[in-house]
Amino acid sequence: MDLTTNYLGMTLRTPLVPSASSLSEDVDNIKRMEDAGAAAVVLYSLFEEQIRFESRELNHYLSYHTDSFAEALSFFPQLEDVLIGPEGYLEHIRKAKEAVDIPIIASLNGTTVGGWTNYAKQMEDAGADALELNIYYIPTEMDLTGQEIEQNYIDIVRAVKSSVQVPVAVKISPFFSGMANMARRLDEAGADALVLFNRFYQPDIDLETLEVHPNVLLSTPRGPLAMRVPMRWIAILYKRVQADLAATSGIHQAEDVLKMLMVGANVTMLCSVLFQQGIGQIRAIEQNLIQWMEEHEYESVQQMQGSLSQINSPDPTAFERAQYMRAIKEYLLRHPELG
Amino acid sequence: MKIYKTMQGDEATASVAYRVNEVIAIYPITPSSGMGEWADEWASQEKPNIWGTIPSVTEMQSEGGAAGAIHGALQAGSLATTFTASQGLLLMIPNMYKIAGELTPTVFHVSARTVATHALSIFGDHSDVMATRATGFALLSSGSVQEACDFALIAQAATLESRIPFLHFFEGFRVSHEISKVEQLSDDDLRAMIDDELVLQHRMRALSPDHPVLRGTAQNPDVFFQARERANPYYAACADITQKAMDTFAELTGRQYGLYEYHGAPDAERIIIMMGSGGQTVQGTVDYLTAQGEKVGVLKVRLYRPFDVKRFVEALPATTRVIAVLDRTKEPGSAGEPLYIDCRTAIQEGIEAGWASLQRMPRIIGGRYGLSSKEFTPAMAKGVLDHLKEEKPKLHFTVGIRDDVSHTSIDYDPDFSIEADDVFRGLFYGLGSDGTVGANKNSIKIIGENTDNYAQGFFVYDSRKSGAVTVSHLRFGPREIQAPYLVDKSNFVACHQPVFLDRYDMLKSIIPGGIFLLNTPYPPDEVWQHLPQTVQAQILDKDLKFYVIDATKVARDSGMGGRINTIMQTCFFALAGVLPREEAIEQIRDSIRKTYGRKGEEVVQMNMRAVDNTLDNLFEVEIPDQADSQIGMPPPVSAEAPPFVKDVLGKMIAYEGDELPVSALPEDGTFPTGTTQWEKRNLALEIPVWEPDICIQCGKCAFVCPHGVIRPKAYDPKYLEGAPETFKSADARDRSWQGLKFTIQVAPEDCTGCELCVDVCPVRSKSEARKKALNMTSQPPLREQESKNWDFFLGIPDLDRRQINVSRIRQQQVQRPLFEFSGACAGCGETAYVKLISQLFGDRIVAANATGCSSIYGGNLPTTPWSQNEDGRGPAWSNSLFEDNAEFGLGFRLSIDKQKQFASELLKRLSGVVGDELAHAILTAEQQDEADIFEQRERVALLKEKLQASDAQEARQLLSVADMLVKKSVWIIGGDGWAYDIGFGGLDHVLAVGRDVNILVLDTEVYSNTGGQMSKATPLGAVAKFAASGKPSLKKDLGLIAMTYGNVYVASVAIGARDEHTLRAFLEAEAYQGPSLIIAYSHCIAHGISMATGLQQQKAAVDSGQWLLYRYNPDLVVEGKNPLSLDSRAPKMPVLQYLNMQNRFRMLLQSKPERAKKLFKQAQEAVEARWGLYEYLADREV
Repeated sequence: MDLTTNYLGMTLRTPLVPSASSLSEDVDNIKRMEDAGAAAVVLYSLFEEQIRFESRELNHYLSYHTDSFAEALSFFPQLEDVLIGPEGYLEHIRKAKEAVDIPIIASLNGTTVGGWTNYAKQMEDAGADALELNIYYIPTEMDLTGQEIEQNYIDIVRAVKSSVQVPVAVKISPFFSGMANMARRLDEAGADALVLFNRFYQPDIDLETLEVHPNVLLSTPRGPLAMRVPMRWIAILYKRVQADLAATSGIHQAEDVLKMLMVGANVTMLCSVLFQQGIGQIRAIEQNLIQWMEEHEYESVQQMQGSLSQINSPDPTAFERAQYMRAIKEYLLRHPELG
Repeated sequence: MKIYKTMQGDEATASVAYRVNEVIAIYPITPSSGMGEWADEWASQEKPNIWGTIPSVTEMQSEGGAAGAIHGALQAGSLATTFTASQGLLLMIPNMYKIAGELTPTVFHVSARTVATHALSIFGDHSDVMATRATGFALLSSGSVQEACDFALIAQAATLESRIPFLHFFEGFRVSHEISKVEQLSDDDLRAMIDDELVLQHRMRALSPDHPVLRGTAQNPDVFFQARERANPYYAACADITQKAMDTFAELTGRQYGLYEYHGAPDAERIIIMMGSGGQTVQGTVDYLTAQGEKVGVLKVRLYRPFDVKRFVEALPATTRVIAVLDRTKEPGSAGEPLYIDCRTAIQEGIEAGWASLQRMPRIIGGRYGLSSKEFTPAMAKGVLDHLKEEKPKLHFTVGIRDDVSHTSIDYDPDFSIEADDVFRGLFYGLGSDGTVGANKNSIKIIGENTDNYAQGFFVYDSRKSGAVTVSHLRFGPREIQAPYLVDKSNFVACHQPVFLDRYDMLKSIIPGGIFLLNTPYPPDEVWQHLPQTVQAQILDKDLKFYVIDATKVARDSGMGGRINTIMQTCFFALAGVLPREEAIEQIRDSIRKTYGRKGEEVVQMNMRAVDNTLDNLFEVEIPDQADSQIGMPPPVSAEAPPFVKDVLGKMIAYEGDELPVSALPEDGTFPTGTTQWEKRNLALEIPVWEPDICIQCGKCAFVCPHGVIRPKAYDPKYLEGAPETFKSADARDRSWQGLKFTIQVAPEDCTGCELCVDVCPVRSKSEARKKALNMTSQPPLREQESKNWDFFLGIPDLDRRQINVSRIRQQQVQRPLFEFSGACAGCGETAYVKLISQLFGDRIVAANATGCSSIYGGNLPTTPWSQNEDGRGPAWSNSLFEDNAEFGLGFRLSIDKQKQFASELLKRLSGVVGDELAHAILTAEQQDEADIFEQRERVALLKEKLQASDAQEARQLLSVADMLVKKSVWIIGGDGWAYDIGFGGLDHVLAVGRDVNILVLDTEVYSNTGGQMSKATPLGAVAKFAASGKPSLKKDLGLIAMTYGNVYVASVAIGARDEHTLRAFLEAEAYQGPSLIIAYSHCIAHGISMATGLQQQKAAVDSGQWLLYRYNPDLVVEGKNPLSLDSRAPKMPVLQYLNMQNRFRMLLQSKPERAKKLFKQAQEAVEARWGLYEYLADREV
């Protein structure tokens, strides 16, 4: 069975790629991913804000209350080699590259053009096979127009592309008025792949303390809603943009992978499932994938890629809004008690 | 080529000591800690000594331990050293006798510090060194940063050749902490001075089973004496050897030193003889006076032991007529201070031997100066020389103080100055938190290392840990600066905080035409009207140039927060003219890159922005011709304060303590309590404001308040009559207080703004969730109103203690704290516990306090926080030492119990006189709760009344001990450095003795007071000084050790995790009639946390299992129950999550990530194992 797929100019053994998460903070986990059959690994994200914050924070606490009281003019030893800034992350790329043979895709999360380009270049130099830009941005400024926000995305992609040689994937959220247009503009700006979609960590409220908390919700296998949004947009964008398409969100089993491939994904990214069921689950998904493909007499992944995309679908309107009423009717037919 | 660096005396000394030794054992003590810390840092950076190996640096449990380890290391053949001061040096004395008796070469480097007598002092004099003069160590005195560096090497060379161990000393702070431009000694210089052959000989003498010998015999009357005399030739040779080393050193470096250095007129008649940095002061003064034709000189004693009489007397000019020997120590009851006596003896002997060019005995007088770093200035030196002109000078005098009791002091003209015009002399007033000192240290480096100028910096710090004021004294000039005294004729004064304007007379010392730089929120055309009248007048009278900048705004705009350091530094360079402006700015930029580069680009950029934004915001003020301000300088303490507070403590607060005469001070170190209430420090920018409608009156805010500034009160509504308009109250919600009113009031001028009360407040507004029952609000607009409210609040009577259910926090918290407004860090994690015992038991506490943070915020002048209730009762408090606190407190108990027993015996005997019923009631009173104790007090008062009437001897005796019939609560308080390390042996013994004492260990898991050194309480993986790579071993389980006695009440508490558990443990511990040990988690600055999150840190420590809550009550065994109650839940938070909240752990992830991961994993395993053990112990059948 030929499971190979092309992504970011690389030929991957399978379409199964662990997405950016804290699992890849440990090189041993990256080895386990390779052992379980991962075709590539997207490393956890380097957050530009975090670096800026850590730099300030360390400076603050090392200097806090110093030179104030004669007996305690400082509280910590002077550390010669502190890994502030991207050094720790770059070192991690190097170690990951040494440890495994599969491609390592470094992930960068930032807000300023300066920070992006600087760190992207360093990641490339550290040996990353490709980069994934995670544009994780919630525009709350009342004066900022949609146009300006979109232009910021384009500027970031252009800036990074002009500073590195390795391919660059762009991970975005679905929250654009003109998603299709935005995809095309990112494509034109040079994105080698679009990773659809980012799942923002939405805050939650603790009713006991009346406090707002960040709350990471993992996707679940029984709530396939998470994968519907990317599935729709991959189907729509397939062959309409030159960039590769990576599906992320809610992919837990081989069936999910198959669906994503059929709508046109080059790769499918796994995260929650690895947290919930362990890294070894990559192997199980692959085996189920093969089994399904054998049962249904497919020869290769590439054969099915895009087969149910909008342009190849027997019913292209199925991916459009007009289908909303039909979906409801079908649902009611299946659940007569609600009618 | 000569290489110059600007550095402190401690670094200069350690840099030599480190490179010529193999084993270093140390223990932190101010002001010597820096030397050990440098050594440890170099070792962790793997810097080798001159033989290419990295010295081994070990932190010990006490200075006694360090001396023992050094003694052992030397005996086993290594070159070994240690650094210490004061009490630490005293603890080394027994080993010093041994080391010297065995003729073992070593150098101890001592930053000489005052030995505690009537009070502790961290500052410098020779009292510690003088206590060692009989040990057999050679005593070598250096008096400047350069000399400290040079003598460290000379001493090492001399000890190896002479086999006499050396104590190399210099004054603490004055030399150890002065920053000066010094010529460096290279490794080659060191190698040239150290004869390897002598090192090999030292090794050959080592104990080794391969050539075994026996040392440390016990000798008897037959031979001990002779053997003791056997070493004489070594002492006889030592001076020659030392001078030879000085001569060799001179050939190498060009700096010639002598054992006894004379400086002055060749035909001098009046001479001062002294040791230490003061010699430089006198030398400068002598130069000045001889230029005017005065026949004066100074003889600097370098080698005090062994005293070379011949060299000494030969150094004196033949014309010497009268001598003043100055001692920086006091030996009460002696015929004279030690140097004086030695000099007198030596001169007599020298003349008799015919060594001296002196023909007849000069007149010799002795004087004391500079105790505890008291300034010794050229004016004082001249005063002494002038005094020598008198026909009958005082035989034993003091200089630098006004002694109106014994009239020892001599007069001097304080305006006399020898400062040269071409030396820049700047004074910078800042807050510890604004970075002023750091910036000035940086400026010194820039000027010292990048220009031909010489540079000197000395820093005066506050005695308080919060809102600390710093004064930087800087000199720059074309010649070597030999001025070991504060700047008092400045040509530049910078006021970095506008609030100082009406507190300190900063322009007192500025010279006419000088520059005054002020950080102020007011623009140049408005600032004048906001200055106090005295400041205006001085600007006009002295024709000052006056510049302003709104540095606080520039800092904020540049992303620097409250740190104005870089901005004010840029202003200084722009105005002072030490360097051309452009060059200076470029140097600052360079230095920013060097200083902050390691901390990340973000920090570099933020500082660069600050430099860029500074010059556009620096303005010269056009000075009006009228000093017409109505703003005066308010008195340092309120007019209502008692006379002693106003006249004595108030002077200290206003930085005028130097002017207090001897008679103003108590003769035995006894001070009144409750004095912090008079010093309104106004530190908080924001204070909590109470919302009665939201508040549920739980009392948690007051419970956690480290400063005793937020207080609840329940009271009869009638007391609201006459309340200020803005005074808030609500109906008391507690059922047992029905009909009462309730108020939570903040002391606006005492609050530090730490925010812990707001953080702990559990309720939120139902319509506006960001609002709690307490909300931080800007202080200045509230100050006046809330001060009135506070005064009114204090006037409302406290609720009768008998009506308070002390086991419930909401009620217990209305107990008045008898520990208030301490100078601890804002948000301190210790003081809430201390305050709690003062509330619960304060009217019957006698407290023994180990040296450390709690003794400093508890007892450092000017004002102290231990207070009194309305009856005049309150904690009686004392600090003995660091190491002996448990024993000290046990002594209280033994004494109180003895007196109680004696009182009981007398009462039984006098039962007929005072009334059988009364006597019986007193003798059988249980005194288990407030009501019991109240009644007992009433009975004892009646007893005393009856006894007053009697003249009988026994009645008078009983009267003197009758108060002991009322229960007294002995508390032994200290930090983990005391309890886990230096005082552990004593603590262990006190637990074993089994008497009724309550031991409170404020566990910050690090030596907080001396600046964050590792203790045995430091947890695995934490970065601390002496554990730069993260502590590799587990925290000692002190509670578990104590439990093994079986009869000790033990509790482990964390106020931020479960406050009611803390309260219960304190009540049980005090009630337990045997030894009690409470180990209290105390968050600390040294954890690298925001102190406002201190309680969250505590909760996380417990949630992760890193800190357990438990109580072990031996009384339960009697009831057949398991004494151990594990009161925290099974760990639910990963330890890593807790570790990540604190920079002491996170730093390791940033510096040594692999090691951090390994240690943090071990930490998780250790938590699980410890939880398992405690769970087993708590669950097992007894």
